[in-house]
Amino acid sequence: MVFHQQRLANGLQIIGEESPSARSVAVGFFVRTGARDEVAEVSGVTHFLEHMVFKGTPRRTALDVNRDFDRIGASYNAFTSEENTVFYAAILPEYLPQALDILADILRPSLRTEDFDIEKNVIIEEIGMYEDQPMWSAYDQAKRAFFCPHPVGNSILGTADSIRALKRDQMHEYFTRRYVAPNITVVVAGNFDWHTLVGMVGDHCSSWSAGAAGRKDVRETRGEKGFHVVTRPKVTQQNIIMMAAAPAADSNLRHAADVLATAIGDDSGSRLYWALVNPGLADSADAGFHDYEGTGSFIVSVSCEPGQAQENVEIVDDLLQAVVQKSITAEELRQAKNKIASRIVRGSERPMGRMQAIGMAWTYLGKYRSVDDELAAFDAVTLETVGELLARYPILPMTTLTLGPLETLAPPGQNGDSVSAASVPK
Amino acid sequence: MATEILHHALPNGMMLLAERMEHVRSAALNFLVPAGCIYDPDEHLGTATVLADMITRGAGDRDSRRLTLDLDNIGLDRDESVGPYHTRFWGATLASHLPEALKIYADILRRPRLPPEEIEPVKALAFQDLQSLEDEPRQKVLIELRQRHFPMPLGRDRRGTVEGIESLTPELVREQYQRYFQPEGTILSVAGNIEWAPLRDLVEELFAGWEPRPPKDIQPRPGASRHIHIEKETTQTQIGIAYQSVPIADRDYYAAQAAVNVLSGGMSARLFTEVREKRGLCYAVYASYLTLKGLGSVLCYAGTTNERAQETLDVTLGELKRLQNGIEGEEVDRVRAGLKSALIMQEESTSARAGSLASDWYYLGRVRSFDEIQRAIDGLTPEAIVSHLKRFPPRDFTIVTLGPAPLRVPV
Repeated sequence: MVFHQQRLANGLQIIGEESPSARSVAVGFFVRTGARDEVAEVSGVTHFLEHMVFKGTPRRTALDVNRDFDRIGASYNAFTSEENTVFYAAILPEYLPQALDILADILRPSLRTEDFDIEKNVIIEEIGMYEDQPMWSAYDQAKRAFFCPHPVGNSILGTADSIRALKRDQMHEYFTRRYVAPNITVVVAGNFDWHTLVGMVGDHCSSWSAGAAGRKDVRETRGEKGFHVVTRPKVTQQNIIMMAAAPAADSNLRHAADVLATAIGDDSGSRLYWALVNPGLADSADAGFHDYEGTGSFIVSVSCEPGQAQENVEIVDDLLQAVVQKSITAEELRQAKNKIASRIVRGSERPMGRMQAIGMAWTYLGKYRSVDDELAAFDAVTLETVGELLARYPILPMTTLTLGPLETLAPPGQNGDSVSAASVPK
Repeated sequence: MATEILHHALPNGMMLLAERMEHVRSAALNFLVPAGCIYDPDEHLGTATVLADMITRGAGDRDSRRLTLDLDNIGLDRDESVGPYHTRFWGATLASHLPEALKIYADILRRPRLPPEEIEPVKALAFQDLQSLEDEPRQKVLIELRQRHFPMPLGRDRRGTVEGIESLTPELVREQYQRYFQPEGTILSVAGNIEWAPLRDLVEELFAGWEPRPPKDIQPRPGASRHIHIEKETTQTQIGIAYQSVPIADRDYYAAQAAVNVLSGGMSARLFTEVREKRGLCYAVYASYLTLKGLGSVLCYAGTTNERAQETLDVTLGELKRLQNGIEGEEVDRVRAGLKSALIMQEESTSARAGSLASDWYYLGRVRSFDEIQRAIDGLTPEAIVSHLKRFPPRDFTIVTLGPAPLRVPV
């Protein structure tokens, strides 16, 4: 695999990893903007804008966009996160020119008012869909409780109210400010020719406006402490989400954080699995590491019967105390590293996997990370590195939010002091 | 594109299939054991699910922890799942670790410990799995749809019932294991950077001594009621629609699959365009083709806020019926492009290929070559698809809705 990079005069960046034996090519337009870049008044605009990008341009209607993608058999989609909006497609190599033509065109959308008004309903439908999924709701509220007022806690979808209130011109203003060339990277991986690619991207995107989008408030946060109970009587399982500070996306402790999260809470053979899932005390219990620009979080999430929730809170706390005090064993370290290495290799076998990986590495590090670079970085994690990680990010106490039928739940070690559903963060 | 698909039948009825993929470092394995939930005794619904969990809790010389650790240490990403006909064991890792993985799976399938003291935790997990469906309304509506549309026991959901799970004992689970975990009709497929001869020899060594038992004949009974509404206070109403199509072995299969793709193959397809893009009625709306042995059906789904649910149902049914009135050449061009892309890109994934090999063998008794599928895709025309729809028009819908209020459904 050969890596190339280029910057156009207007600041747009292009990166590519050529893999001549691949059967497809994947292309992504990474826009460095997300929920954290919104002010409260336009909550949800980034995600709504992501939808509107597919709704047409001066030379394409929404139906034209969809037809043109389907005509080339593209596998395509987009996503919006706290800090990135990514538009991507996987196609057979001979269709790369057409895919680029469509993607570059739609990244300058018309944002027509009729389309805006109809698509508003689709966003509200999406919000409704997630409202009916308690685990998602628990996670979203927990994230807000942990991070806010830090902008990473901003809601990605917004609310039905904030979306209804949104005006087309507000979206257009946001687009003009944020979708500028220096804030966008075109990422390609798989079977393609670099020089041809650069020529095509240059033809399509050289006219895009330059400008500085920037980002406010990239400080690290250690998170807001708290133990919150959200009662929803009709929900069946009790969902418990816990968060704590963790390294940021460019930290040299990020690989150790991944390894630690895997050892604590991967879905097989982890501490949480043995402590809660294997004995049937929870139907799911896992740990993860989410990293962002400037800050990061560890997350533990548990789903269980309401009657078991209090004991599970104690079990998780004991488990985490043990990790904080004595770290993980050499055997657990090896096990986690072996699992991660296998996933990296398999993930690299599809151009779409490589495109997402190199795109994210470029976004957060400004660097190319080959498969071997990543394998080496994980291989280099030792118990000492994990120890250093735990010293800087001690995990406990975790900010907790529980959502389910329970009206009260006590924080660990405080069996007399149950918390009621009063302290619900807005 | 020439890929070599290799097969070897063991004398005890087990079939080994393999596809060598040179451009990857990984390999995937896929066992289909004819021990699906259609074989659950009627008084013990949920047996196969409980067995699928129990079977990984220790095998051969390894207790539960050692088994997990050894599989993790060879980097095997894996899962077990129960379907109507089969219990499936799937795993993928670096190709160099595949022989070790197969040795461990031979223990799991042939010498599981099924430790009696683990039955209560496994039952507790099975209960919660069933209960948590109440928090997943889309899943729930699709399960209820299958239960009503397909003949029983083919329409069963693997999760079973509260009474069924409660009734299970270690002895019942072990009986089910002994009766149904055997080689006759078991398929092992492997895809990735493997060498055929050593693989075949290893599989012979590991599985040749496995004693077969005659397969059990299951007589399906017709499905239950056509329309039901499940009441629940939710923000969205869930809508599930099913109708009969043809099975995968039928000569009309590609036309049937293409018809579904005209409805739902990409974002320019009919359902997405009419229900979501033009009217903004849904976030999620789709149709998919589902095959069981000897049966094929189309399942449709839409989730929509309660006030708009009637319109969503009416528009969706309208689109299903409208299909047979005519299909544009351009629509079929787009369907062909999507199918061709998917066919080629599947070659990138060892687990996708392993899955396809086994599925083809089970439904067709052979593995279709890339060229054969490519030719069938190229042969699709609007006339062929419409003519199929005249033979099998979307009708006699099974409709399941879930939400605060029932909807008007066609008689």
